[in-house]
Amino acid sequence: MELTTVWFILIAVLWTGYFVLEGFDFGVGMLMPVLGRGEHGEARKRVMLNTIGPVWDGNEVWLLTAGGATFAAFPHWYATMFSGLYLPLLIILVALIVRALGFDYRGKVDDPTWRKRWDVAIFAGSALPALLWGVALTNVVMGLPINAAKAYTGNLFTLLNPVGLLGGLTTVALFLTHGAIFIALKTQGDIRGEARALSLKLGAVAAVLAVVLLVAVNASTGSLASWIAAVVAAVALLAGLFAAFREREGWAFVGTFVAIGAAVATLFLALFPDVMPSTTNAAYSLTTTNASSTAYTLGIMTWVAAVFTPIVLVYTSWTYWAFRRRIGTQHIPAAAVGTTL
Amino acid sequence: MGAVDIARWQFAITTIYHFFFVPVTIGLSLIVACFETAWLRHRNPEMLRLTKFFGKLFTINFTLGLVTGIVQEFQFGMNWSDYSRFVGDIFGAPLAVEALLAFFLESTFLGLWIFGWDKIPARLHAACMWLVAVGTLLSAYFILAANSFMQHPVGYRFNPVTGRAEMTDFVAVLTNKVQLVTFPHTMTSAYMVGGALVMAVGLWHLRRPDVGHNASMYRKATRIGAWVTLVSALGVVVSGDLQGKVMTEVQPMKMAAAEALYNSEASSAPFSLLTVGSLDGSQEKFAVKVPGLLSFLATGSINGSVKGINEIKAAYQKQYGADATSRVFSQSYTPTIPLTYWSFRIMIGLGMVGALIAIAVLWSTRRDRIPRHRLWFWTIVATPLLPLFANSFGWIFTEAGRQPWIVFGLMTTAAGISPNVSAGEVWASVITFTLLYGVLAVIETKLLLRYIVAGAPEFEEPVDPADRDENAPLVFAY
Repeated sequence: MELTTVWFILIAVLWTGYFVLEGFDFGVGMLMPVLGRGEHGEARKRVMLNTIGPVWDGNEVWLLTAGGATFAAFPHWYATMFSGLYLPLLIILVALIVRALGFDYRGKVDDPTWRKRWDVAIFAGSALPALLWGVALTNVVMGLPINAAKAYTGNLFTLLNPVGLLGGLTTVALFLTHGAIFIALKTQGDIRGEARALSLKLGAVAAVLAVVLLVAVNASTGSLASWIAAVVAAVALLAGLFAAFREREGWAFVGTFVAIGAAVATLFLALFPDVMPSTTNAAYSLTTTNASSTAYTLGIMTWVAAVFTPIVLVYTSWTYWAFRRRIGTQHIPAAAVGTTL
Repeated sequence: MGAVDIARWQFAITTIYHFFFVPVTIGLSLIVACFETAWLRHRNPEMLRLTKFFGKLFTINFTLGLVTGIVQEFQFGMNWSDYSRFVGDIFGAPLAVEALLAFFLESTFLGLWIFGWDKIPARLHAACMWLVAVGTLLSAYFILAANSFMQHPVGYRFNPVTGRAEMTDFVAVLTNKVQLVTFPHTMTSAYMVGGALVMAVGLWHLRRPDVGHNASMYRKATRIGAWVTLVSALGVVVSGDLQGKVMTEVQPMKMAAAEALYNSEASSAPFSLLTVGSLDGSQEKFAVKVPGLLSFLATGSINGSVKGINEIKAAYQKQYGADATSRVFSQSYTPTIPLTYWSFRIMIGLGMVGALIAIAVLWSTRRDRIPRHRLWFWTIVATPLLPLFANSFGWIFTEAGRQPWIVFGLMTTAAGISPNVSAGEVWASVITFTLLYGVLAVIETKLLLRYIVAGAPEFEEPVDPADRDENAPLVFAY
């Protein structure tokens, strides 16, 4: 296989890893106001936060690695995409900043106003990237106005087309479902059952949106492989929801995990061998060949990835194992040290 | 201001801001790892308390460093897409390797360290912080290798067909002679910041009237911090001296600009500590000079000859084309002299004062002494900030001194921006980040002060993870 194809696959894997992992972080963040209501709302919110507490940071590194790998392997792809999607990426950056600080700082001062503000940051910081990543990725796959100099010539509103928006809503719905099932898998007590019940409703919406999106994308630029991946995504999602219905949360999580992974794979398979198709003129499209680095750089990067990716996967898996226990409200310690200046 | 200037302002603001958190992360991760290992070795409760205390400050700082770091990776593509296209074949690789080797390590093991007190065995827990410290080191190495390529491109060839720089030797990129001096200089500067922070926090508590039985613990923190500061400062001086010599060789203009030396000196060039007058070299009203020092800094001999800005500029015009007529070179070959002149001096001055304070602290806390003079309060406030700002001015000097190049000798900064991103978009971005970062600086400072004032938590005998009750509250939770 050509190195450019290998790196296209690796980058697709990195983005897939990012969406299947950070996807449930986004879901948990968006569900905090919904499942964190009621009498013990504060304790329930903290239960939810602590399900992702030890892992969200590692999950986010998948994004940094995907970005860095795109820069290294396909500099033109990186340059065209990041300069073209300027404003959505700006919003995503701000969202990711306030979300992460919300996680870490929310409990560090015992004050309801302080917590409420960070709750808003966590919700918005989860919902906006969940929406915008879907819009961005769908638009990249469907094609954007790109000129002969490989530069994006549209603006923010170019991205807000029906299929792009459908892509955004689909990722929001999928991440909500994924997050609800993750909460059901990682908690005990009332919240577990409520999250599971909610996942079924969210999952039904996500299934409809995902099927419409994947059919629309495949009808436009699909291949046999991308159609197969779309079918896998649909089957996995339905199987996951069935498992949730049968109260088998582990299998349900496997279902949404595979479903999101296969949905992202569908988009990348439909994209290949382009990396940024141009709607201005097909000759201006960025492809795995004309956007790539040299064979020398790709060769070195392949060795680095082959040696270190397995190591990363081993210790990442071990982290999930170390934090395998379910969390309930009884595990939540008293509020943070109430120190004052 | 045109799009280039705004994009440069954004890069300066976001990078300097990001680099407030980087040295603290590098420095504190190592010190906290040492505290925790000391606790496991000697079972001195004070060491566990210091581990938790500085560990908390570390995490507050780390989170902001992490999120501002994402901006760094994205903005090459967002604001500098032509630069990214031109050097991506070389510059992207260390960035990707940094993420794969360092960011995963730091993030995963910090998560384990923060939440793992009651989940994993004590030795493994300490190992997690050591791995975070190793992660910061790896991260620094690869990103500095990328920066060193911009300072002194090696291991590449220019491909006229693709119109870009392409890598021919990855090992040469990683062992760039600029990199080999920049890495130790940056690391020791970071350890100096970490040491100064621990010293200042320790001393503030030590001087409190109610310090009581905590005095011995805070004295340890103060003195350990002071020693780290002092030893690191020596490393900063040695590595900085080497760096100056390498830089004189590869970018003579930067070093001439550091001294605002317009005319070449055949031998014994003096180093001015400060100059009052016009910095365009036409007039000098008042100056304090150390004879021969500039020659020594640049060449290692007080009799060495040092080239001046005018001579170097003439040589550049010959080599790269006269700047007025050339297609790519819209700017002069001379960096902004007042900026390089003063940032270089402020860097050195702040670092030296920081080192002197460390000596003063070691002297005035010897045996059981507690420094009481009220001037000490302001010294404590200033102590961590001096080496921190020295770091900032060092970066301002080295980046501003490279101008007008983005990659020295290969590409100008003006040629590197995103041609399709409008000035309005960059304005939106620079305003957003400036406001956001400003608000976050206030929050971060308040939070850090709050936790510094609260002091080290009381000692609690850790429970073996294997013996814990399943329904016991978590030792740490958000």
